[in-house]
Amino acid sequence: MSHTAPAFLAREDLNRLLQLLQGQGYRLCGPQVRDGTIVYDHLADTAALPRGWRDTQQPGHYRLQQHDSPRYFDWANGPQAIKPLTFPAREVLWEARRRESGELEFIVPDQALEKVAVIGVKACDLAALALQDQHFLQAEYQDPGYLARRKGLFLVGVNCSRAAATCFCVSTGDGPAIEQGYDLLLDELEEGFLIRSGSDSGAVLLAELPLEAALPGQIDAAEQQVQQVARSQQRRLMPVSPGSLMQQRQHPQWDDVADRCLACGNCTQVCPTCFCHHQQDLLQLSGEASEHQREWDSCFSESHGQLAGFQVRSTVKQRYQQWMTHKLDSWQEQYGRSGCTGCGRCMSWCPAAIDFVEEANKITGDG
Amino acid sequence: MNSHVFAPMRATVLDNIRESEGIFTLRLQLSDPQHRASYQFMPGQFNMLYLYGVGEVPISIVSDPQDPGVIDHTIRSVGRVTRGLAKLEAGAEVGLRGPFGQGWPMALARNKDLLIVTGGLGCAPVVAAINFALKRKAYYETINIVQGVKHSDDLIWRRQYEAWQALEGVEVFLAADQSGPGWPFHTGLITELLGQVTVDLKNTLAMVCGPEGMMHAVAESLLQQGLSAYSLYLSMERNMQCAVGHCGHCQMGADFICKDGPVFAYPDIRDRLLLAGV
Repeated sequence: MSHTAPAFLAREDLNRLLQLLQGQGYRLCGPQVRDGTIVYDHLADTAALPRGWRDTQQPGHYRLQQHDSPRYFDWANGPQAIKPLTFPAREVLWEARRRESGELEFIVPDQALEKVAVIGVKACDLAALALQDQHFLQAEYQDPGYLARRKGLFLVGVNCSRAAATCFCVSTGDGPAIEQGYDLLLDELEEGFLIRSGSDSGAVLLAELPLEAALPGQIDAAEQQVQQVARSQQRRLMPVSPGSLMQQRQHPQWDDVADRCLACGNCTQVCPTCFCHHQQDLLQLSGEASEHQREWDSCFSESHGQLAGFQVRSTVKQRYQQWMTHKLDSWQEQYGRSGCTGCGRCMSWCPAAIDFVEEANKITGDG
Repeated sequence: MNSHVFAPMRATVLDNIRESEGIFTLRLQLSDPQHRASYQFMPGQFNMLYLYGVGEVPISIVSDPQDPGVIDHTIRSVGRVTRGLAKLEAGAEVGLRGPFGQGWPMALARNKDLLIVTGGLGCAPVVAAINFALKRKAYYETINIVQGVKHSDDLIWRRQYEAWQALEGVEVFLAADQSGPGWPFHTGLITELLGQVTVDLKNTLAMVCGPEGMMHAVAESLLQQGLSAYSLYLSMERNMQCAVGHCGHCQMGADFICKDGPVFAYPDIRDRLLLAGV
């Protein structure tokens, strides 16, 4: 039985979990403060975790403040979480070499399995990972690089103890409580963590930890905490029935938002479910080899809808429509659910402070 | 197919045939005998062709699937990759990934009149269907080819159309919106020509390729004349880069043109045609 009832782990013993993971050959990756944001990167030990840091977010606004709190995970999110671990912003798909005879050779980089343990993944981002799995793995063709990186992941989830003003995961059904997709799951309390496993490999690790029985009051406090996070969310994305947003393409609100949108693509770059990428060749100066790379792209970019002879989406309005109708509407036909997991990053990191939820609600509200 | 879906196979240029100004046919053979032995395709499918150091482009296969050892691609040189491909000579190597996408429903067309309507500068996906059908004429009641161009000067392969017209059981109809001197064919819209085609619309399978506006007009005209919507197929075009539905560029509503298309039954794509920005 891999799913267990929660046990209690003292805060100072979280390092023990990290050491056990390292002992099993995992490279550790976790949240830390950098350049005024929370980023996920290589983690040496718990000293690097963002202890006492909380975020304030609004459309076009993101700030961190230090508080006198022992908590490591008392913030909502940063610009990226785990998408770059499975789908890096840039990677070499293959390299072509040309011999003097003119013969070509195609070399695929070694996709050796790398074991990476991610500490402190939030519900919205685990939901986004499940969607990326659908896109890259459960399709007709599996993406070999994504598959190798995905297989190596060990995921330590953490239920949110605080929502940002931009969070709306309750209305997308993706949080704040984590229900699946984790190996280990934490609830952070003032005095430490409740911890439970969600997989066999998680259960094996759990057995190695210095745990105490969770007190009924602690279990109750953890439940109260996550319910409080849910209640505190002010933003609510109205449901979009499949096909309905596509049918609202004449709504005047599109012109209004297009006037403000800079078409910079920030929303798509911070979105944990966006998968668009383009491919390009990087020829060595010697001419003997050429790297075929792929790099994140955005439906806001000039070249995204460019064909020989015509541009499918030449206006900002058309690009904004593509972004929103795909994410909230046609995504449902493609993957059986909306492509939005309620993380709110598209709003916080929008330089024009466009409120994605408000815009969507205005358009669907008149439907 | 290679074990790695994104890595091309090596292909040798057997011939590079100049068709007209700016249009050429690249005749390729997979260099590795194992790749050659396992390669199969259907008309309407496409390959990703890779020019060393420059990049990949999606190109329809126009040769016959009976002989997958020789793979022909008729290409218009318009971009960096295609202009480079145009210069290749026999013996050069390129990269090839494929075949990708859903091709024409050639089997569904058996024992029916085949109506092929194309607009613009000669449409490689339908050339594949025409070539396929002409080699198997006994399978089809009649083969009708309708081609429309904006100006009569735009018609390429005029001799090719004349050669097709000369075949028994084949009818060719040509139209130009505007015509110059010496144009013996129809002057006007391609839809005006459709009334002259003598197919039995109750027993016809139609394949259409061209600009979306033209395809929409042709489709609606044929439906009005009594063709069933599920007997009508269109070949769509979008920016295809990965060819397997991962990169997002060829998305059209809920479909990825590279894997869900490029050929669609009309009812499956009808609501998205002519929607600006989709």
